[in-house]
Amino acid sequence: MNENTIEKKGIKETLSDALKSFGLPRIIIAGFLLLLYIMAPIVGADLPTQITNTINRFSWNAIMVLAMVPMVHSGCGLNFGLPLGIISGLLGATLSIEFGFTGGFSFVMAILLATPFALLLGTGYGWLLNKIKGGEMMIATYVGFSSVSFMCMMWLLLPYDSPNMVWGMAGKGLRTTISLEGYYDQALASILQIKIGNFEIPTGTLLFFALFAFAIWAFLHTKTGTAMTAVGSNPVFARASGINVDKMRLLSVVMSTWLAAIGILVYEQGFGFIQLYMAPFYMALPAVSAILIGGASVNKASIANVIIGTFLFQGIVTMTPTVMNNMVHMDMSEVVRIIVSQGMILYALTRKTEATR
Amino acid sequence: MENVGAPLLELKNIKKDFFGNQVLMDINLTVHEGEVIGLVGENGAGKSTLMKIVFGADVIRETGGYGGDIVLNGEKVIFNTPFDALNAGIGMVHQEFSLIPGFSTTENILLNREPQKKNVIAEVFGQRMSTLDRAEMNQKADEAIAKLGIRIDTDMLIKDMPVGHKQFTEIARELSKENIKLLILDEPTAVLTEKEAEILLEAIRGMAQRGIAVIFITHRLQEILNICNRVVIMRDGCLVQDVKAAETSEAEITKAMVGRNVVKGEKDAIRNFDSGESREILQVKRLWVDMPGETVRDVSFDVKEGEILGIGGLAGQGKLGIPNGIMGLYEAGGTVIFDGKEIPLNNPRRCLDASIAFVSEDRRGVGLLLDEALGWNIAFPAMQIQEKFLRRYLGGLIKWRDEKAIEDVTNKYIEELAIKCTGTKQKAKELSGGNQQKICLAKAFALEPRLLFVSEPTRGIDVGAKALVLSALKRFNRESGTTVVMISSELEELRSTCDRIAIVSGGKIAKIISAETSSEVFGALMVSQVR
Repeated sequence: MNENTIEKKGIKETLSDALKSFGLPRIIIAGFLLLLYIMAPIVGADLPTQITNTINRFSWNAIMVLAMVPMVHSGCGLNFGLPLGIISGLLGATLSIEFGFTGGFSFVMAILLATPFALLLGTGYGWLLNKIKGGEMMIATYVGFSSVSFMCMMWLLLPYDSPNMVWGMAGKGLRTTISLEGYYDQALASILQIKIGNFEIPTGTLLFFALFAFAIWAFLHTKTGTAMTAVGSNPVFARASGINVDKMRLLSVVMSTWLAAIGILVYEQGFGFIQLYMAPFYMALPAVSAILIGGASVNKASIANVIIGTFLFQGIVTMTPTVMNNMVHMDMSEVVRIIVSQGMILYALTRKTEATR
Repeated sequence: MENVGAPLLELKNIKKDFFGNQVLMDINLTVHEGEVIGLVGENGAGKSTLMKIVFGADVIRETGGYGGDIVLNGEKVIFNTPFDALNAGIGMVHQEFSLIPGFSTTENILLNREPQKKNVIAEVFGQRMSTLDRAEMNQKADEAIAKLGIRIDTDMLIKDMPVGHKQFTEIARELSKENIKLLILDEPTAVLTEKEAEILLEAIRGMAQRGIAVIFITHRLQEILNICNRVVIMRDGCLVQDVKAAETSEAEITKAMVGRNVVKGEKDAIRNFDSGESREILQVKRLWVDMPGETVRDVSFDVKEGEILGIGGLAGQGKLGIPNGIMGLYEAGGTVIFDGKEIPLNNPRRCLDASIAFVSEDRRGVGLLLDEALGWNIAFPAMQIQEKFLRRYLGGLIKWRDEKAIEDVTNKYIEELAIKCTGTKQKAKELSGGNQQKICLAKAFALEPRLLFVSEPTRGIDVGAKALVLSALKRFNRESGTTVVMISSELEELRSTCDRIAIVSGGKIAKIISAETSSEVFGALMVSQVR
């Protein structure tokens, strides 16, 4: 009976179903983004440059958004503690430079050096989150904030002495911004890069993201990945099915932290600088809002949510200030960026859907 | 005091359904002034629903109201909220306490009805600013407590009180209302010691003498016979008996409570597993389980290989705690020996590894992944425990979910159990209760267990689905030789499905008897050790 009804559905229904599953919020935001792209040449901004900007920012941020996925699947909620993973990445990055690695190889070493920190911090963070089930997102926020503050002291105190990184006058303490020139600046982006006039595609970075996205997608199709999803969907069901719920949650937190560490390294290679001190403080919210805008809920997230969300979010935050600035001829990009990104977080959080219990 | 003038309360043809599920049918009941009525019935018979209708509980209005009339003192009344009922002189003491833990006895008894002192500020800003008259409050509270014939410290905080005193405080609160005419007590003695219960019963008699009518719900039948004028028995939403307490006995009441007119379906012959041939597959010794509301105190029993053992009993007596404890979902202690090997408790995985499966009574909470597809629901435990429905790559390093195998097995069970759904990809939350229950069974069947615990398999599902679920269980037992332990509140269901039935009362096994035993015996066992 039901099969018949599916067959009877006309193109119109199928289309409206597809739109429904895509979600009204995404249609509105995508429409707005499209409008901005149309407006850009009209108000005098160079469209190919703007598209390149959007793609670049997508490629820098996508892995950090991907880092949200494991914890959402295991029911730990959105990883507001992303700064913890970012700090692991920053430790890897600075150590790689300190040990004297240069060029593209310093990127590989940064990943390898960041990994033990990510595993260690992720385990501690996961252990903590297992103690406070139900309040993960609140605690995660403070874990992120306090770890950033702690590292603000450590960046000054740790015995780094590479002249490229420490303050010139004192000769100790890391600078707030460290240039990656000569290290891994554009290490991924320059691989197979496509250039047509003002239009550039950082193919390497996109492929690198695709690799990780595929790995996570594949992981979610394995036995362990299935168990992780079940833990997030109904922890009591999972426990009754013999799953060690705490272990699954811990694994997801470690994965998320490690992905955040990789994510910040990819961000740095695109951006060209390592930003220390308060920079990681503001990294979690854009990633959270991107995945929410992508259609994820607090309990459900897919790779498609990551891709769509990152593109929409980064598209809006790059395009809105540009178009606005060109329209009113006043530099208010930072103000607009903050209003738009925070506004989108607020909007996304009001649109979140909870799982049925 | 019988039949003097117009009755205090008359219920005429009261009907109620919850979303099409008829829970009350044509209830007629009259209550006279000063009368004590004992209301009894099995769990789910409709007692509480009926009382909620009389008390104007919000849940009734929110679920579409009720049919029939309530007539109070000869006038038809409609209570939209409990406040209306309170104003009309109806008081209710619920099973769960509604007291403020940090307030004293006096404050709780007179909450929002405190005698007030006028002052200057109150003259200007109105009544909200007047102060409490503590002296008079204490006096009023003392009076109300005195009516109960007990002594409670009026300054004591509720949180410091023994549970019995909390119950008395609740009743005193109702008694302190001057216009009280009818008091509904929902299992007031359940938490009381024997001595306290006696005091309460004495207090109820006292109330009756002052002309207050009391409707008294309890599972302790002796109490009913002791203090009630009339006994009203409900079964399956119908009022089946309304007799004078003097003219009935405990045995008659139990018979009326459980001996329903069930259409005897295809009832298979009771198999006898007592002869030496069948061995004991599961031995449970001195099991205790700390499951809130279903505490198991000391339970020992054996299960014979291949049989269907029923576990019955009233709600709250611990029957549900037994499977939940053995399967490791609640803190438990004792010895469980399965197939000659001891199973460590408090570890669901070890039970599942030993080939014991469990269908939980809490379908939505424990039994299903509501947000996931049916295929996941059915295949998940088998995938995780027995590595079924997986494809192996790189020498078993990668265990890939085999969607095709999951779909096949799901389709198989959809067909076998006649599950109504749009396909294997439909989400579990979209199914009806009965079909969700079938999914839970399919999940357990997919594990191909040697022993299957099924807890309340027919709770909240309609008659048709009930028959299907029970016959599926029986078929599974007979065809694949799986031993089944079925826990249910519905005695008739157990009697028609099981070979032997254990009755749990007061957290202990009262007795294990053949399913052919008469229902009066079961009824007596159910209430034998109620505490």
